[in-house]
Amino acid sequence: MTTLPAPDHVLDCSGTLCPMPVVRLREEIEKIAVGQVIKVIATDPASVNDMPAFARNTGHELLETVKGPGFYEYYFRKTAEEDE
Amino acid sequence: MSEQTQKAELDPALEQRINEIVAEKFAELVRTDQLALAAARSEAKPKRKRRRLALVASKGTLDMAYPPLILASTAGAMGWEVGIFFTFYGLDIINKRRNRNLQVAPVGNPAMPVPVPNVVGAIPGMTAMATKMMKGWMNAARMPTVDELIQMCRATGVQMIACSTTMGVMKVDADDIMDGMTIGGAAAFLDFAADADVNLFI
Repeated sequence: MTTLPAPDHVLDCSGTLCPMPVVRLREEIEKIAVGQVIKVIATDPASVNDMPAFARNTGHELLETVKGPGFYEYYFRKTAEEDE
Repeated sequence: MSEQTQKAELDPALEQRINEIVAEKFAELVRTDQLALAAARSEAKPKRKRRRLALVASKGTLDMAYPPLILASTAGAMGWEVGIFFTFYGLDIINKRRNRNLQVAPVGNPAMPVPVPNVVGAIPGMTAMATKMMKGWMNAARMPTVDELIQMCRATGVQMIACSTTMGVMKVDADDIMDGMTIGGAAAFLDFAADADVNLFI
């Protein structure tokens, strides 16, 4: 097992459905500093595809995905400002 | 053979000079290449085009208010440029006097889970019941309300455009439209939609 990155922030989206995990992640990632790591906890099965899509579309780096019993964890590293 | 040997013996000074020139040239080429590479790298980043979503929201029922707002808030959260054109009954979604009372139509809606014939949906009170039921599900699933979704859209810069023709036809005042919306027509929307990556009529 790989060592998980130490998160600077944790966002718990458990129990919410699309679009909430993505919308809330965007809100939170705006508040943190470039280079910091945020861990997102989600139970929405759609998050498995939505989180990588968020990473591709925003440029924020999805470092790790962990599947737990009934939940998922996503580790994002905030990158510099989104491109225009 | 002997001529070649002789030639090789004659050339060390020249060979050294050639080596020097080649080394200089090579260093210069590497420098230019690295500069070009760095320039390409710095150009490559902002080159990524911002994606655009153009939606037409044409329905004014509670169930049909969610899809455009969910797509728009998600696209906005991913940094897309988003525009929603609210037209005909879809205008109710951003009508202050009406958007908290959007209903679910049980009539002509065979997907209604009520285990009764569809015709029962026509009985007075059934629309209110179906609406209450859906709001209950939404609440239980911790889904945001229509109002909350609109606020999320606004927070990510989604442009929301009220169709001026609908406003004229249905006697909707500019004051009835929620704050932060613009009033527009088909030409302006098409101009925006022409450059969109995703266009949907909902």
